[in-house]
Amino acid sequence: MKKIYLDHVATNPVHPEVLDAMMPYFKEHFGNPLSIYEHGMKAREAIENARSSTASLINAKPKEIIFTASGAEANNFAIKGIAYANQNRGKHIIISKIEHHSVLNTARFLEKSGFAVTYLPIDKDGVVNPADVEKAITKETILISIIHASPEIGTIEPVAEIGRIAKQKGVIFHTDAVASVGNVPVDVQSLNIDLMSFAAHQFYGPKGAGALYVKEGVRIVPLVYGGIQEGGRRAGTENVPAIAGMGKAAELAKRDLQKRIDYVKPLRDKLINNALKIDKVMLTGHPGNRLPNHASFVAEYIEGEAMLLLLSAKGIFAASGSACSSKALKASPVLISIGVPTHVAQGSVVFTLGEGTTEDDINYFNETFPQIISRLREISPYAKGWEGTEDSSCTAQK
Amino acid sequence: MYSPKVMDHFTNPRNVGEMPDADGIGTEGNPVCGDVMKIFIKVNDNKVVDAKFQTFGCGAAIAVSSMVTEMVKGMTLEEAMKITKGSLAEALDGLPPQKMHCSNLGADALHKAIEDYRNKQGK
Repeated sequence: MKKIYLDHVATNPVHPEVLDAMMPYFKEHFGNPLSIYEHGMKAREAIENARSSTASLINAKPKEIIFTASGAEANNFAIKGIAYANQNRGKHIIISKIEHHSVLNTARFLEKSGFAVTYLPIDKDGVVNPADVEKAITKETILISIIHASPEIGTIEPVAEIGRIAKQKGVIFHTDAVASVGNVPVDVQSLNIDLMSFAAHQFYGPKGAGALYVKEGVRIVPLVYGGIQEGGRRAGTENVPAIAGMGKAAELAKRDLQKRIDYVKPLRDKLINNALKIDKVMLTGHPGNRLPNHASFVAEYIEGEAMLLLLSAKGIFAASGSACSSKALKASPVLISIGVPTHVAQGSVVFTLGEGTTEDDINYFNETFPQIISRLREISPYAKGWEGTEDSSCTAQK
Repeated sequence: MYSPKVMDHFTNPRNVGEMPDADGIGTEGNPVCGDVMKIFIKVNDNKVVDAKFQTFGCGAAIAVSSMVTEMVKGMTLEEAMKITKGSLAEALDGLPPQKMHCSNLGADALHKAIEDYRNKQGK
């Protein structure tokens, strides 16, 4: 049976060249980078090379890169680290309703420890209005954190404009760019970014390697205290193979980025155009200004997990933001925030393409997807519409 | 995540569709929560002689609906009232814990269909 992986936003396979670059650091160059003999020197060298190529991918200086174990850690580090470093200046943080859980839940944690958080709304396409950011800034505001691109609905936010406003008002600006770095060009200078989180597995690097860009001169309190690793800002013996892999993946992403976009975007467009021919299937997120590999929909009258299971039985692997497909059994808050009614959000399905996706894959998908929707609608009591349905809250015991 | 039996009933659901001449109809659930089951029954001589379903929901919800309509056929109404979430889950070789409450609505929808039949008989 065919196996078509359309969940590249969840993670990616490690590029063969990346794996080759990692292997020596499991074996002959296994040393601790702090050791002064040759094992340590080799490992140290690998980390500094990786820092250079990682910095180069986003137009930063090597010393502005702090390696972490994930994008989530980088988000936690940025938000807590800036909040604690600046709490004497003020205790107000601005985020939005389209943030990843690792930003949202960190902000909620800070709220419990005495910080005030503003959660900016998003429009029907998932866009944060820069004017709303400007209005929300007070004398107490120390940090603005707005995602660069949404993994759920693909929308790319007006980060450069928000960064410009932050700079003008003297507020530190962080962006979670986990879904975008490696998929679209990201330049921290032209986007006016002070801090930025990203992760290697989003661009064919290994899991367990992420980074936080911290602009030179921005003071941050560590999340992990201990030794002098990462300039004393993130203690712990470095994950040398993963960092080496991240460096290689960054180098490849920089070299191939435009080629990757030019390859994947027409395939993604073909998928979207075909899916939108199906009755009562709607695109979620911005129609034009979205990640080039990202297609997300809601299909009415059916449920996302059921779609994913039937798709996977046909060899197609994808994601959903429906309540049943989430561990928390709650529909995606992002879908609710863009105004999708809760019962319609149950029909969420997300397809993300990658380097390995072929034209044949998309043709097969385009044949299969409408069949699966029809099949589930044949079973659904709502096949003729949502009669008798109110958008009440869910009171079922969970 | 799901047992082979759940996957079988989900991918090849039995007794799908509306029953225009149903003697009893029961609906349970809420689309806002993600699962709604509608069960139709045909009753003859105090026995369920036919059952059909329509379901909006996840794999577990569809499998449970298929299973309950299979199980109930041939049962007396009293026997049918004894079908529970537990007996349905057992017949499907188990359900993941998080699916037990919100997706396992088959027994409740069936009991509502029987209640509906009895109410109609009473009139």
